[in-house]
Amino acid sequence: MPGYRLTSLFAGALALAAAIAFAAPGRAQDRGGASDIAVADEGREIYEQICQSCHMADARGGGVPGAMFPALAGNPRLADHDYASIVVLKGRGGMPWFSGMLTRPQIAAVINYVRGHFNAYPDAVTEADLDRITTANPPVPDCNCGH
Amino acid sequence: MTEPVLPTTRRDLLSLIGKVGGGAALYQAMTVMGHAAESQFTGPPGLSGAKPGASVLVLGAGLAGMLAAYELTRAGYKVQILETQGRAGGRNMTLRGGDVVTELGSVQKVGFAKGNYINPGPWRIPHHHRTVLHYCKELGVELEPYIQNNTNAFVHRKAAFGGKPQRYRDVVTDWKGHVSELLGKALNAGALDQAVTKEDKAKLLEAMRSWGVLDKNMAYVKSEKLGEQRGWERAPGGGVNGAPIPNDPFSLSDTLDSKIWETLGFFAEYVMQPAMFQPKGGMDHIGKAFQARVGKLIRFGTRVTKIAQDERGVTASWTDAKTGAAGETRADWMVCTIPATVLGQIDIQVSEAKKAAIKALPYGNSVKIGLEMKRRFWETEDAIYGGSSFTDQAIGLVSYPGHGAFSDGPAVLLGAYPFGVGAYILAGMTPEKRIQAALEQGSVFHPKHYKSEFRSGVSLAWSRMPWILGCCATWTEESREAHYQDLVAMDGRIVLAGEHCSYYGCWQEGALLSSLDAITRLHQRASAA
Ligand SMILES: Cc1cc2nc3c(=O)[nH]c(=O)nc-3n(C[C@H](O)[C@H](O)[C@H](O)COP(=O)(O)OP(=O)(O)OC[C@H]3O[C@@H](n4cnc5c(N)ncnc54)[C@H](O)[C@@H]3O)c2cc1C
Repeated sequence: MPGYRLTSLFAGALALAAAIAFAAPGRAQDRGGASDIAVADEGREIYEQICQSCHMADARGGGVPGAMFPALAGNPRLADHDYASIVVLKGRGGMPWFSGMLTRPQIAAVINYVRGHFNAYPDAVTEADLDRITTANPPVPDCNCGH
Repeated sequence: MTEPVLPTTRRDLLSLIGKVGGGAALYQAMTVMGHAAESQFTGPPGLSGAKPGASVLVLGAGLAGMLAAYELTRAGYKVQILETQGRAGGRNMTLRGGDVVTELGSVQKVGFAKGNYINPGPWRIPHHHRTVLHYCKELGVELEPYIQNNTNAFVHRKAAFGGKPQRYRDVVTDWKGHVSELLGKALNAGALDQAVTKEDKAKLLEAMRSWGVLDKNMAYVKSEKLGEQRGWERAPGGGVNGAPIPNDPFSLSDTLDSKIWETLGFFAEYVMQPAMFQPKGGMDHIGKAFQARVGKLIRFGTRVTKIAQDERGVTASWTDAKTGAAGETRADWMVCTIPATVLGQIDIQVSEAKKAAIKALPYGNSVKIGLEMKRRFWETEDAIYGGSSFTDQAIGLVSYPGHGAFSDGPAVLLGAYPFGVGAYILAGMTPEKRIQAALEQGSVFHPKHYKSEFRSGVSLAWSRMPWILGCCATWTEESREAHYQDLVAMDGRIVLAGEHCSYYGCWQEGALLSSLDAITRLHQRASAA
């Protein structure tokens, strides 16, 4: 099954896949040095390392309507069990996908942190959910990003 | 990494990634690498003969927008530009003492000494970016060499050489030497007898011996000959102690840990090959030169909120940044260069296919940090003049100014320019924490002076720039296939342009080429109408 339970043989290949995915800004684009840092495993730390670069430390997003990062705190769209998973796995609009930069346990951990800590949605997202979504490959839900 | 999983071709690699990482990983790994072809520039478009009174509204006063305005005005169109910021140039920007950086969530004032600057966005121009070079010449922008390669700068990986930085030259020489020795062994063992003719085998052995600087037994070992490439334990001198002493090469394993092939691969890319140039005094001289020609056409502080069109013309609705007042501007035609991150959030009257294309463009993220040091200790202590030291820490690299070498007084280093996880980590920090992190991490290269000689610093996280919310558009083979033509196609009276509408992503060349293509098609359409 894709990436769910990795044999040690494939773990190396996945690391390779991840390394290539890190180059996602585009190999021939102007770019600086390839930082190579282990992302944390814990939801809050992952949020601080990755998500708050855009959604801000308080998860309230930023900008003005028409040019903004949506708030994740108190976001009714996140009530939907799969919504955040689809967006993190596939990206949406200007937001890149993080399926290459983060492992499945990391994706699940950070989504559960955002849905639990900045909101109060109790139903946990599991790695099995991420596999199911990857296989079903649903379209990325549209939104007016204005909330 | 274990041998059995090493793919041999790009296709093997992608199918392997697909198997272990799922479709999403495959999708991402297939990110289009752009095409390292010579620029398609064949000269300025030379448009002329616009219909009397015909007008064009340009959205965005970055390089794409200002070039469009410049050439369309020459062709006889009445042009107006709407720009959300209070400045022109877009991503073409330079920060100097007294400038203010306003990010989402923070404001910084640049404290650099007079004459010092950092280019937080574009900073180098390859010799084959003919459009940029052409307009620099035409508009009188003075260029100087940008020092891209410096073999005396450092490479650093946390897991290589016990975390100690090494000179790029040493590691590259050892990489070449060890690989040559191994190929020599394989050849001599007859392992490649099926693959190469006897004659070629002899030539290859000779080549490996000389290229890899191997000894007569085809071994890569310390020698005076090697010192001529790798540098010396004791350099050649005069008189009694004139004889040089070569130093010891690193082991194959150490060399492999350094992953030096990645840095070699970086410099091998067509867009990273010298000669490279930079405008004297800051990259924004390009934007300023365009502004000198079209500045009076720009309405600043004008944030476009809605774009509409009908058979007769186009309408942009906007909000004035200062007064908050709403307004509208009409014209016959439109060139829209608003980055896709923002355009995707604006109500725009174009085909569903174009809307889907605009929303299929995620933007990468990066951070640049300028560190002003009291003096050029990297020159005086380490003999580094320009170029970059690479690290796998969050900062990604430290880059040294190629201009002003040997001068006294404060100078500005590029203290961070990462991609990957490091860019997100730094962007999420407060400006103060970013400077702290940059000083901490950059000290790995210059432990004695990096902190004590620090004078002032400024950072710019592209994801926090309110007018773009990112760095540059990221295309994949799939998104190119599905959306590129829809994105660039003229839609009624509207055409999009900018870096994101090109195959030269994240280069000014792409922004300019896309603009020339867009206005040429617009002019054809307008002339036929
Ligand atoms: C970190 C970094 C490093 C780079 N390095 C290099 C390099 O070394 N060499 C190189 O050649 N290129 C480099 N580039 C790429 C180069 O900067 C871009 O390709 C080019 O400047 C893009 O020009 P543009 O006109 O397409 O877009 P922009 O310059 O982004 O112009 C778009 C304009 O639209 C305006 N706008 C946005 N929203 C609205 C709105 N709602 N209403 C009105 N106006 C709006 C913006 O304010 C902006 O002025 C780099 C870019 C980055 C970010």
